[in-house]
Amino acid sequence: MSFLEKMMLIDRRWIYLSIGLAVIIPVVVSFEVPVSVSPEVRKIYDFVESLNAGDYLFIAVDYDPSSMAELNPMAEAVLNQAFAKNLKVIIVTLAQFGPGMVEDLTTRLASAHNRVRGEDYVFLGYRPYPAITIMLMGINFRVPFPVDHYSVPLDSMPMMRDVRNFSDVKAVIDFTAGNTADFWITYGVGRFDFPLAIGITGVMAADYYQYLQSGQIFGIIPGVKGAAEYEELVGFPGKGKEQMAYQVIAHSVIIAFILISNIAYFATRKQKQQLGGGR
Amino acid sequence: MTTEQAILNGIAVFLTLCIFSFLYRDNPFYKFAERLVAGIATGYWTMLLYHTNFTDKVLTPIFVRGQLHYIIPALLGVLMWTRFSKKYAWLSRYSIAFYIGISSGVTITVTLYTFLFKQLQATIGMPITADYAGFNTFLIVLAVVSALVYFFFSLPHKGAVGTVSRIGIYVIMIGFGAGFGMTVMGRIALLVQRVIFINDYVRGLVAFIGGS
Repeated sequence: MSFLEKMMLIDRRWIYLSIGLAVIIPVVVSFEVPVSVSPEVRKIYDFVESLNAGDYLFIAVDYDPSSMAELNPMAEAVLNQAFAKNLKVIIVTLAQFGPGMVEDLTTRLASAHNRVRGEDYVFLGYRPYPAITIMLMGINFRVPFPVDHYSVPLDSMPMMRDVRNFSDVKAVIDFTAGNTADFWITYGVGRFDFPLAIGITGVMAADYYQYLQSGQIFGIIPGVKGAAEYEELVGFPGKGKEQMAYQVIAHSVIIAFILISNIAYFATRKQKQQLGGGR
Repeated sequence: MTTEQAILNGIAVFLTLCIFSFLYRDNPFYKFAERLVAGIATGYWTMLLYHTNFTDKVLTPIFVRGQLHYIIPALLGVLMWTRFSKKYAWLSRYSIAFYIGISSGVTITVTLYTFLFKQLQATIGMPITADYAGFNTFLIVLAVVSALVYFFFSLPHKGAVGTVSRIGIYVIMIGFGAGFGMTVMGRIALLVQRVIFINDYVRGLVAFIGGS
């Protein structure tokens, strides 16, 4: 059996092992990958950068631990920028395991920037049924969330006294790993027409660019590459940029496998055709 | 690293390796980790729904604040459970009719507006100019039309229709390719995050043991 024929029949576990070994390389030999910033990511950065201290930014953390590898770095970068600019941040989660994600982010970043809960940021909490929750928030944040995640009444918080609904925030940025982005676009932008940007997983990215082109969203942070771009803009070297070295190595191995298997496929097909057995 | 972190993160590392062991073959360690995740998730979500839905929307309004009108939606919810009885299953139709009626009324208009009208407007309204943006517009219109023609089966895909349909399949394949590439990146990100986590843990543990 020739090498190419062996490659056509390779056990998938060799591929897993190769990828596994490949992603260990940057652990041993660390290197940095230059990141070029795409316009759809820069638009979000520029928008947040254009806000004044005291302006309100609404952030939806609609993901759970299974997708935090991609979404946590971008949420962290945006929150870092917002806290550094002294923006008032309202956070909500429409993912059932989201509260843990938000608490991890706010605990670390708020203390790093000396931001106080209830004065500089508020975590509204979690409610099921995203469409209903978004529409109720469009009427008044107090309808679905009379109290915040920690059972503190919204009216008792200094930063929430003059804030009623989406018309009082400059924009909504949704970090999501599921179809919650659809709910924000449909029931949020469709009904209340506020500026929306989304940070999404790589799997979802190709499906959401049409909303950028149609103007229904003003920016996209796609996957871990988008997160690395945002970190580059903010000047905050986080997990996004750290992951890019691993991504380059892993992608190189995958591309090598794709090339080898394609060469093997066409070569073996040609051999079979010459023997009269191929299709 | 504290002793607590060393133990808790150690458990996380162990469970991560248990899950990865499935790549070789199914085994008891993988099964244990899988069931642990499913069990914890189910328990957590059940209690979360109880506290964020049942307590906030039924118990507190009715029994604490005395808002008796909340009994009506609560009763509609209870009627859903009559599905388990052959004799009283018809009662659940009131709840379902109420739910579907409201959902349809709310959803149809915004869905048409968001997914159809705004998308059509964005595609039709773009001017085809003699520059890069105009060429981009041309490509978008060509891609939309040709992909639609590919799924139009009322005419045989021959001649001009066949050519446009052929372009359509290339457009669809490019779309799938872009999606696949981003999906690979996402899956690698999951692996990388775990590798970074394990690496940080091992380094932290070595420093912890060395320092203590």
